[in-house]
Amino acid sequence: MSNGRQDENFIVGGIRRMGAIFLFLFRLLGQSVPAMARPSLIIAQIYNAGGRSLIIIMLCGLFVGMVLGLQGFQLLQRFGSEEALGSAAALGLLKELGPVVTALLFAGRAGTALTSEIGLMRATDQLTAMEIMSVDPLRYVAAPRFLGGVIAMPLLAAIFSVVGLFGAQLIGVQLMHVDQGAFWSQLQGAVGLRDVTEGLVKSCVFGVSCSLIAVHEGYNAAPTAAGVGLATTRTVVASSVMTLLLDYVLTAFFL
Amino acid sequence: MCDVQYAVDGRIIFNGLNLRARRGRITAVMGPSGTGKTTLLRLITAQAAATSGKVAVLGQDLGQANKAEIYSLRKRMGMLFQNGALLTDLSVFENVAFPVRENTDLPEPLIRRLVLAKLQAVGLRGAAELMPAELSGGMARRVALARAIVMDPEILIYDEPFVGLDPISMGVILRLIKQMNVALGITSVVVSHDVQELASIADDSYLLSGGKVVAHGSPQELERSDSQIVHQFMSGEADGPVAFHYPASDYFEQLLTEEEP
Repeated sequence: MSNGRQDENFIVGGIRRMGAIFLFLFRLLGQSVPAMARPSLIIAQIYNAGGRSLIIIMLCGLFVGMVLGLQGFQLLQRFGSEEALGSAAALGLLKELGPVVTALLFAGRAGTALTSEIGLMRATDQLTAMEIMSVDPLRYVAAPRFLGGVIAMPLLAAIFSVVGLFGAQLIGVQLMHVDQGAFWSQLQGAVGLRDVTEGLVKSCVFGVSCSLIAVHEGYNAAPTAAGVGLATTRTVVASSVMTLLLDYVLTAFFL
Repeated sequence: MCDVQYAVDGRIIFNGLNLRARRGRITAVMGPSGTGKTTLLRLITAQAAATSGKVAVLGQDLGQANKAEIYSLRKRMGMLFQNGALLTDLSVFENVAFPVRENTDLPEPLIRRLVLAKLQAVGLRGAAELMPAELSGGMARRVALARAIVMDPEILIYDEPFVGLDPISMGVILRLIKQMNVALGITSVVVSHDVQELASIADDSYLLSGGKVVAHGSPQELERSDSQIVHQFMSGEADGPVAFHYPASDYFEQLLTEEEP
């Protein structure tokens, strides 16, 4: 009986939480239009979320591409079709690894920074001070950060895929001596606009979900050190789970 | 504030609170910790709504006001936060300029003059280029005061302005509060439990306890009050109507049992 009650509370709590996040999204979208009148704030946040994540994204992209090159080569060699390495790496990176790994890294790097920054602003009364000064913190603080994250994510995912391809080429062509012409021509033949669109749509959706979760958690964090810490943890966990869940839904949609 | 009731999650904070801050005067609101002094400020600034009763600021009933009216009203109010609440990514100059930039279309040269005049008033014109992290507690509070008065508010609200300050900084803030009131005619509401400091500047004092005003008058009248709780608060006695011990079971019985804690 008590287990049933707990399940019920868990489900009701989950639905209530989802509702709160969607309401927050609508309020955020409402404030995003006036926030666009201040492009300098949004550009600063694209730099914060995107520019400052660039090194880690490029580094991880390179290693993911190298691993893909190595594993792909080993697998394709069994069937005597090493030349297909270019297309395998490109499709894997553009459609799946690029958007998904970038979103996971974004949640860990930029998402946590967003949550803790906004949470600390809440804890130190900065958001309340803005309200008292007749400035809506949703418009001045939350909306530019949300838009900055949404714009930065597809750019980061694209950079991740390009650097990953370079890594795959480095291993496949330079180390394993796959024919360079075959590598690039197979890639050109196999990758279509639909594949690029799929990756782009995924990274845009992940950008919205990760930025929304990060800003929501920070904005609604309990104004204490423990509250900000908890909100930061929730950002990483919720963003990661949501990214993988949405990835499945979008992959099924594009099939 | 007229017969104000306010409760959070069923816990009653105010139960029939009556309070009036007179125009152009300094009104002190005092009370032991946990009596809801900061909550009172949240009600005055419309960050929270009273469960029942009426809260009116500058003639406007906050219970009837919509969001636009509240934001418009707040432009006529300034608030000094306990910790300053300066925006940490902006310099001192930009912090003071922030409300002007956001709420007006004044040209940049005029904003510069306005900000420098307010910083001069709090003695920190030379610190205009510093970041909040480079300021001492007292300096941060003075910058926050400059920011609070930059829009020339009609009401200035101070939340525990003396907490954590050394005697020199405290004296400076005290002098500035009085100066703002006398020179600019600003109505001031000061929430604090620093009795002696408040007594030197306040025109009216309210003492809160148990969700109500338990005493009201000039600081001198409060000093002469027969009320036990007023006497305990004004003279800083550890025990009295406000008990030193949090309610607990019998001390010796608890020592003899081996139950946790």
